[in-house]
Amino acid sequence: MAKTLISCSGVSKHYGDVEALNNINLDIFSGEIFGVIGPDGAGKTSLFRLVASLLIPDSGKISVLGYDSVKDYRAIRKKLGYMPGRFSLYQDLSVEENLAFYASVYGTNIEKNYHLIEDVYSQIEPFKKRRAGKLSGGMKQKLALSCALIHSPELLILDEPTTGVDAVSRREFWEMLKRLKDKGMTILVSTPYMDEAKRCDRIALVQNGVILGVDTPEMVIRQFNFKLFAIRSEVRHEIIRALRTFDSVHQAYLAGQLVHFTQVNPETDDVERYLMDQGFGDVDIRTIEPDIEDCFINLMMN
Amino acid sequence: MESDRIIIEVKDLVKKFGWFVANDQLCFNVYQGEVFGFLGANGAGKTTAIRILCGLSKPTSGRVIVAGFDAFSQPEKIKKVIGYMSQRFSLYDDLTVYENIRLFGGIYGLTRSEIKKRSEELLNRLEIPDLRDRLIGSIPLGWKQKLAFSIAVLHKPKIVFLDEPTGGVDPITRRQFWELIYEASKQGITIFVTTHYMDEAEYCDRICILAEGKVKALGKPDQLKKTFNAETIDDVFYQIAREDKQT
Repeated sequence: MAKTLISCSGVSKHYGDVEALNNINLDIFSGEIFGVIGPDGAGKTSLFRLVASLLIPDSGKISVLGYDSVKDYRAIRKKLGYMPGRFSLYQDLSVEENLAFYASVYGTNIEKNYHLIEDVYSQIEPFKKRRAGKLSGGMKQKLALSCALIHSPELLILDEPTTGVDAVSRREFWEMLKRLKDKGMTILVSTPYMDEAKRCDRIALVQNGVILGVDTPEMVIRQFNFKLFAIRSEVRHEIIRALRTFDSVHQAYLAGQLVHFTQVNPETDDVERYLMDQGFGDVDIRTIEPDIEDCFINLMMN
Repeated sequence: MESDRIIIEVKDLVKKFGWFVANDQLCFNVYQGEVFGFLGANGAGKTTAIRILCGLSKPTSGRVIVAGFDAFSQPEKIKKVIGYMSQRFSLYDDLTVYENIRLFGGIYGLTRSEIKKRSEELLNRLEIPDLRDRLIGSIPLGWKQKLAFSIAVLHKPKIVFLDEPTGGVDPITRRQFWELIYEASKQGITIFVTTHYMDEAEYCDRICILAEGKVKALGKPDQLKKTFNAETIDDVFYQIAREDKQT
């Protein structure tokens, strides 16, 4: 068993009347990519800020790299890199100045740890004299990651690093994370993209401040306990509307060019016949294996 | 709902910023009532083109006709017949839901009684009449985006432009959002939408993929998958963007 690097026990956090996190228990192991998956407002950012020692929990304890998140915050901050969800570098400093500033804050310099950031930074280095505020979204993200890595942290916390980033850059970003993991770094990352959940070693599904489950992506998929139908049709929206009035319906939703459908009594109620009766004779129905997005949708709706 | 009537005509559109060519000879038509997906990597020129189509920026050259109005000479007329929402800017956080509706309704020239009637319809359709007096800043992003869309079509525009409307939104809300899009399309409103979610690209009637400021692919999702010998639009997109990086 790998070493536990982060441990949350009984952690809760409120803002006024709003309960952001409720009794979170979670262990994250050394060297893994751990994904926190959940909708906006689920409590992902609060969890990350607590782990990064930027917030104090109302109750419960968080241990990070062997330190207490409240008492030993100075020690923790030296060893972690944090990339917040909102771009928070200095817009009126250049790319190079931002990086040099972050390096100096941590008592190091760019040359010393260049090998760590080379993979990412070399892609924006041609623009190193440009002001950070003038960079495109993808380039800002690469600069923020470079700044979070420059002091050679043991733990990297990335809050929705790929939101608003195009599909190709997202793939490249995850390839980069994989290489950092191979160098031994532990990565805690949140994302609203379900396809990215597959690239994590383990994931936690979070909703309304509560963890719905923690497991490897493969196990999350294996625990899916519905028969999943994929329906191919030109009239997807009409099919969905019809399925929602089917007695046995659990979920009916769009999935690319298909409609995905789960039901409560697949043995007794025949969906194909139902659709036929509703006038959708010419549809192709087959059962398929779920992916993470199917699991998430069906879990969230429970 | 697609038709043969061209609602947006773009021919040889060029937009330069100094030496930089952001849009390079773009050509495409959008038909009334269709859901038109406008895809491209960050920096491919999507936002520049959308700003021109919305009458916010003038093309350097080319022919751009939006809902019968010329983007060169009649941008103010274009603004009146379109709706717009984006991920970055949608509604005012420190106004209530109803105040936002009233503000945007007023900007688009709806009368007081129209605003009252349509806002009631809107809140009932979204099943949120109890959110009427809540500050926008205090409601979840998913709701905010659904509201923003409904407000963007409150004045029954001919075309609505959606710039990454579902960024950062959970998979269930994203789908609810697309159901709203589909309803609007059925009422004849043309939908012009950008997204980074490739499954959403498959929901469009036709898609246009930009790279390096040029149109690299245009057609129905099925056609494009065939042409590029790809299983998903994600693969099509990846092939195009990769090619772009190698040149």
